[in-house]
Amino acid sequence: MYVAVKGGERAIDNAHAWLAEERRGDLSVPELSLAQIREQMTLAVNRVMAEGSLFDPDLAALAIKQARGDLIEAIFLIRAYRTTLPRLGSSRPVETAQMACDRRISATFKDAPGGQVLGPTFDYTHRLLDFRLAADGIVPPAPEAPPRQDPTPHITGFLNRDGLIQPEPASAAEPGDLTRSPMELPADRPLRLQALARGDEGFVLGLAYSTQRGYARNHAFVGELRIGAVAVEMDIPELGFAIEIGEIAVTECETVNQFTGSKTEPAQFTRGYGLIFGQSERKAIAMALVDRALRWRELGEDDLGAPAQDEEFVLAHCDNIQATGFLEHIKLPHYVDFQSELELVRKLRRDAMAARAEAAE
Amino acid sequence: MTVTDSVDMEQAARRDRMSLLAKAPAERLAALWRDLGLAPDFTWLRTPEIGGVMVRGRTGGTGAPFNLGEMTVTRASVQLTGGAVGHAYVQGRDKDKARVAALIDALMQGGDAARIDAGVLAPLRAEQAAARHRRAAKAAATKVDFFTLVRGED
Repeated sequence: MYVAVKGGERAIDNAHAWLAEERRGDLSVPELSLAQIREQMTLAVNRVMAEGSLFDPDLAALAIKQARGDLIEAIFLIRAYRTTLPRLGSSRPVETAQMACDRRISATFKDAPGGQVLGPTFDYTHRLLDFRLAADGIVPPAPEAPPRQDPTPHITGFLNRDGLIQPEPASAAEPGDLTRSPMELPADRPLRLQALARGDEGFVLGLAYSTQRGYARNHAFVGELRIGAVAVEMDIPELGFAIEIGEIAVTECETVNQFTGSKTEPAQFTRGYGLIFGQSERKAIAMALVDRALRWRELGEDDLGAPAQDEEFVLAHCDNIQATGFLEHIKLPHYVDFQSELELVRKLRRDAMAARAEAAE
Repeated sequence: MTVTDSVDMEQAARRDRMSLLAKAPAERLAALWRDLGLAPDFTWLRTPEIGGVMVRGRTGGTGAPFNLGEMTVTRASVQLTGGAVGHAYVQGRDKDKARVAALIDALMQGGDAARIDAGVLAPLRAEQAAARHRRAAKAAATKVDFFTLVRGED
């Protein structure tokens, strides 16, 4: 039972005033600007945009500052803000094949056309703390080389050409939108991908790892991972044609997974897909593995009872705002409903004591 | 050249400049516009409005569309005293960027087109191309050159 209570207004105001002071920290230390957060805490900004489900680096930087670096709190702020925005429309699907790639690697094809382009990666660093960063911030310019002129082709396209991988035929079907109508199960793949794209990185990572450890193993290889900028195009009703309304950074992962085949169908690789706002390859790879695990039914595989195969389990729990909202609400005042439980426990104990005393006589 | 071709070319040019303005950094556009010193009379057909656009991807990069997440966009529409109508849909939440982009869209249909192209659009185009080239050049420098040390079959 929920009972409204009043009071504590001054305590709340004072708590928030102290929060503001603590957020600012030691006044002898210069205050962070939003531009500093946006430019130097970029991957935190990217995570807030991805899970906040709103691409706007300045807003994400503000949210991180306001949340004192608590990224789930920052994501909460972005989600709350986005509900206030009128929906101006939907874009055409972004053309990731046209991406201006900062990074593009394949773990399966060494000599992929377009090459293995490492980009600004943490890979192959020694994970040793760099104390030079604690001293000065002088960075020598990164080397340059003659850039590639043509778009970098998707690697799965080459496998597709030989019929070795399950195709992904284009369609113009209008995808469901879980921000507009409550999700119904079973959810189709577009809806699942939307939920995973905004899902909690840690949760999706844990599920993906569980498939690698054997809970519905699907033998994933990273066929391709690319990070870069794509244009966003939208049809403008006033004009009667499409224009680019902006450019966003995204990470895309395509996995190549164990093959399926039967007496009538030749063996074929299958695929999982991940697409995330910003530079976030851990999340993109994890999303692709979980996407693949959730496809067991359409690919004619067995339900092994693994968590990553359980659509309801995954989709109902991957959203960190829903999760933290329900989890954290139990710390809010529950005095009255707890009182009733207390009464009940006391009564049970009284009855038990009385029965024991009777038996002893 | 047929009439349809010239309409198509005009539309393509308009699309390209609207796309350019949508992606332009707000402060840079504001500075270039200020330097141009134009102050056309206009009425609002739609005052600048901040909203969200749902960005879509495709399953597997090529398959069925799905909703990836939203991005912020600001739109505005103006009509010049002469009658020309301009529209803007620009990335971000800067209302002045939307106003300037809509004005430029309208003015490009009239006598100031060459001046605006030289003073605003050409610099933006060059800067966008240079920024893109710089990133691509850095990416190219991180391309792996493989060489085989020892083959396994020996």
